[in-house]
Amino acid sequence: MKDKSSVFRLFAFIFRHYKGQIALVAVCILVSSLTSLASSLFTRTLIDDYITPMLNRPSSLFGGVGIGPDYHPLAIALVKLAAVLLAGIVAGFLYNLLMIKVGQGTMKLLRQELFAHMETLPIGYFDSHSHGGIMSVYTNDIDTLKGVVGDTVPRLAQSVVTIVATLVSMLVMNLPLTLVSVLIAFVMYKITTGLGKLSKKYFKQRQENLGIVNGFIEEMVSGQRVVKVFCRERQSLEHFAKINEDLRSSVFNANKISNIIMPLNGNLSNMGYVLMAIIGSVIAIGGNGSWYMCGLNGSTLTLGTLVAFLTLHKQLTRPVSHISNEINSIVKASAGTDRFYALMDELSEVDEGKVELVKDGESSWSWQSPDGQKRKLEGLVSLKDVDFGYVPEKQVLHDITLTAYPGQKIAFVGGTGAGKTTITNLVNRFYEIQDGTITYDGFDVRDISKQSLRRSLGMVLQETHLFTGTVLDNIRYGRIDATDEECIAAACLVQADGFIRNLPDGYGTMLTGDGGNLSQGERQLLAIARAAVANPPVLILDEATSSIDTRTEQMIQRGMDSLMKGRTTFVIAHRLSTVMDADYIMVLDHGRIIERGKHQELLDIKGKYFDLFTGNQI
Amino acid sequence: MLKTLLKEVRQYRTASILTPVWTSLEVVMEVLIPYVAASIIDKGITAGNLPNIYRYGGIMVVLACFSLLFGILAGRFGAYSSTGFAANLRMAMYTNIQKFSFSDIDKFSTAGLVTRMTTDVSNLQQAFQMMLRISFRAPMNMVSALFMCFFINARLSVIFLIAMAILIVSLTLLISRASRLFRQIFEAYDGLNSIVQENVSAIRVVKAYVREHHELGKFDKAVLKVFTLQVRAETLMALNGPVMSLVVNGCIIAVSWWGAHFIVEGSLTTGQLTSLFSYILTIMSSLMMLSMIIVRLTESFASGTRVAEVIDEKPDMTNPKDALTEVADGSVIFEDVYFSYGKGGGNALSGISLEIKAGETVGIIGGTGSGKTSLVNLIPRLYDTDQGCVYVGGKNVRYYDMEALRNEVAVVLQKNTLFSGTILENLRWGKEDATLEECREACRQACADEFIESFPDGYQTIIDQGGTNVSGGQRQRLCIARALLKRPKILILDDSTSAVDTATDASIRKAFMQRIPGTTKIIISQRILSIMDADRIIVMEGGKVIGFDTHERLVEDCPVYKEIFDMQSHGGNGDFDGPVKEKEVRNEG
Repeated sequence: MKDKSSVFRLFAFIFRHYKGQIALVAVCILVSSLTSLASSLFTRTLIDDYITPMLNRPSSLFGGVGIGPDYHPLAIALVKLAAVLLAGIVAGFLYNLLMIKVGQGTMKLLRQELFAHMETLPIGYFDSHSHGGIMSVYTNDIDTLKGVVGDTVPRLAQSVVTIVATLVSMLVMNLPLTLVSVLIAFVMYKITTGLGKLSKKYFKQRQENLGIVNGFIEEMVSGQRVVKVFCRERQSLEHFAKINEDLRSSVFNANKISNIIMPLNGNLSNMGYVLMAIIGSVIAIGGNGSWYMCGLNGSTLTLGTLVAFLTLHKQLTRPVSHISNEINSIVKASAGTDRFYALMDELSEVDEGKVELVKDGESSWSWQSPDGQKRKLEGLVSLKDVDFGYVPEKQVLHDITLTAYPGQKIAFVGGTGAGKTTITNLVNRFYEIQDGTITYDGFDVRDISKQSLRRSLGMVLQETHLFTGTVLDNIRYGRIDATDEECIAAACLVQADGFIRNLPDGYGTMLTGDGGNLSQGERQLLAIARAAVANPPVLILDEATSSIDTRTEQMIQRGMDSLMKGRTTFVIAHRLSTVMDADYIMVLDHGRIIERGKHQELLDIKGKYFDLFTGNQI
Repeated sequence: MLKTLLKEVRQYRTASILTPVWTSLEVVMEVLIPYVAASIIDKGITAGNLPNIYRYGGIMVVLACFSLLFGILAGRFGAYSSTGFAANLRMAMYTNIQKFSFSDIDKFSTAGLVTRMTTDVSNLQQAFQMMLRISFRAPMNMVSALFMCFFINARLSVIFLIAMAILIVSLTLLISRASRLFRQIFEAYDGLNSIVQENVSAIRVVKAYVREHHELGKFDKAVLKVFTLQVRAETLMALNGPVMSLVVNGCIIAVSWWGAHFIVEGSLTTGQLTSLFSYILTIMSSLMMLSMIIVRLTESFASGTRVAEVIDEKPDMTNPKDALTEVADGSVIFEDVYFSYGKGGGNALSGISLEIKAGETVGIIGGTGSGKTSLVNLIPRLYDTDQGCVYVGGKNVRYYDMEALRNEVAVVLQKNTLFSGTILENLRWGKEDATLEECREACRQACADEFIESFPDGYQTIIDQGGTNVSGGQRQRLCIARALLKRPKILILDDSTSAVDTATDASIRKAFMQRIPGTTKIIISQRILSIMDADRIIVMEGGKVIGFDTHERLVEDCPVYKEIFDMQSHGGNGDFDGPVKEKEVRNEG
């Protein structure tokens, strides 16, 4: 699929989902274009077939029966016309309704597919792509797709149908006039596209300058406090004045040209009209009879035909300028479809594990192999000779070997970039190891289904993320089927109950914007409560650092402590009390475990740990 | 609001007035053309009179040429005035933002200001151009087409009036209904986007708790809501089409019927009938256009209000008359200072009185929200006090020229930013004409020299917007170096070494002692290690100073300080690895 253009894929996608509707839409477009043509042709019939014959009959408004003009045929014709027009209106409305369904439905499907796919992507994808970029696929790119699907394509279809139908009726009426009309339309098309090309340069420049100005505004306004502190207002203003003027002049140039297109088209069409009238009259008055002066039906050019022809000529030239516009917007949108499909083509996380977690009783769980064998969930995690790198060329972890027995607490310490967080991200398979094995209760973690694996691991990340919803919803995030009482019990366990009860609506308080209305410490307590309600046998904790005052920290500490009781715990430690309680401390340096043991043992060997502890690291 | 905005038309006034003039002339031409076209048919074609065809054809071509000319002029002037107007608006906002004090910036959020300067301004630019060009054109077109209809045949034109009335009523009904729906759609979209946003940023939580299905359910619900509302709104708007066609086609049939009668009577010509048909289209399409304009203009009204708010905002701090430009020394005095962020909020600081001597090193410690940052922000007058006075160098800060004061009082802000550009350019924010050697010296003091030299491009390394390509600790050190280049009399570090490891932190402080002994140094930190060797330490709680003394004495006298000290040195924040603010910094390619 990759080599096919993304626009093509999009159309194939829509066609697959909306075959029936699209066929109906095509019929509707045909009907409505034909009826609008019929109505414009009616002018001819009106004058030639109904009014002129009436004029020839000497009229007498006061005349006797049968002498006066007979309006009967006209009335019948008008009723017929009304019926045709009504059919056109119904077809047009139906077509609109269908297109709304197809357009919005496609958007819905695309969004759902995109989101569903995004949720399967590995963590690495989110590390290496900017969040703003991902967001913009949902907002900007899908919106441009909507434009193409809902507006551009149907309008293009309509234009083509109108042009073809008009051409056919023109040919039927008169050959040479048709040629003239096509010639004029062609010239108009050329001029429009020529102008379009001319403005392209300016539009590109406008886009660039817009990017520059928006970027500058964004950067400077965000850094406005720094600007003030350094008294750089004057310089920043001077720079802004310059780029602002550049933007103004490029927008002016671009708009100037695009503003010309409309009057130019309109008036070219007017001049064409005059040309047609003159040539038509010359033919009508002078050159009757010759075959090449007739239409396909052999009729000669009459007054009514000429009038109708002029109307048709307008019909032909109107969509010409549209077509080039529509094609342009498809090209523009293709950048959006490219980005959409780029995200859709990202590879999902691999999950070939077959071992599942099954519930035995109230709070006991077992692993079940595909062959039906069961093994109790204990929480024994073991790493053997594990190597890992975020990119194959750059290994960040080397020969990591360690075992955590059920209920043990393993603390990781080490400097920035030593690889502590990385290790914990391997156990839950956020990233795949390059070499070595990780086992969980004897199973290779790759044999365990990811769902089951992650369900058996509780995580408290260093960066807290909360979701829009109530406090209770956020705690329940740990286990969807937890009752309110269980959630509150979990909050009590980790000492979060106190502050929650002080919130305006207690557990029902709405949180928005990543819990922006809570303090850093409170948010962390909620994250801990969330892990507590999940009640996992193995815990991974990444202790938060700084930015929290000592007192809140103490509260969080107590919460974490009660959570860790009785569970196998991996903790990335920043606090002394945490390491002092640990069964094992792993000291990491440049991706290797360089020292391991208990607090006192490590102090005694006076190595790296001793340096870290005494703060003499250089 | 309108007055503020229209003032910014400034040098584009003539163009703005001329645009509708050209547009009107263009419309006159456009309206005349079908009339002449009718004459071609009546007096030329019907009469079989070629010279008449040439004559009227010639007139029509001339009219078309003029129409084109006026059209081009209108387009040009419209583009000129609207883009100029937008540029002026941006400039006016930006200029005023430069005068904003910190509290003004607080009032408008940063994201809010950016939207106002970008999206809102471009909305206004379009609205302005539309106002000058189309909003004159549509009614003019309608009125003159109607006039021509009456001129051709008054009796038939009554039909148009009725049709117009029907259209106007139904359009207003539709638009008012739809605009309510569109507002709901806006909210639904916000909901949708916030789910995506949360999932992108919290993907680790989602995956750790295996909540993909749950999130999918939430998302589907939000998508369905958007879908339902959109379909409803668009269906409503789609009614426009049939209503419009019904009216237009009804007109055509009615005109055909009565027109035939009048032609037979002899009071109407066939040519006139065809031109009436084209006027029907003109009138109806200008009506549609007018309704569209009204919708768009009401939409941009909101943008206009937001832009005007920024331009009209009176900065709440101004330079005093005869401002002092010399700061005598680095001494600071607070005299019974009270301070709050805006009305409604409680006092961030209350009853602060203290004295810091020039050249002293003062540490500040206290819990979150205890008022540390508020306290130091008053020294360079980033905010004004509510009550009480702050003196720097013996003079009230309100008497100083703000630029002079801030050049002597350097603050390294807690939430600091680097700007896109080279490291050297960023450093020179501190001193515009600083030599490379001066910058190096400052970086050595801030322990930044070493890592800068380790970059392949050294001081010419390009910093990305927001400084995202250097680690948190590196960013903080660069910010300190930048402040040092000012050679201030007072240097304030607001939790500026939180991402720097303890050892580096210590050597930065050591450098301060040795290299800038005369500078008053005020250091805020959560880490007791960073401040315990300061000359004196301010302990804050709940916006009050509860202790101001040396470390030794505070440990004895100040229970809060002692608690912090105990916790951090015994079992509290042992601070093993230097706080890890960011994930492992990885460089791919």
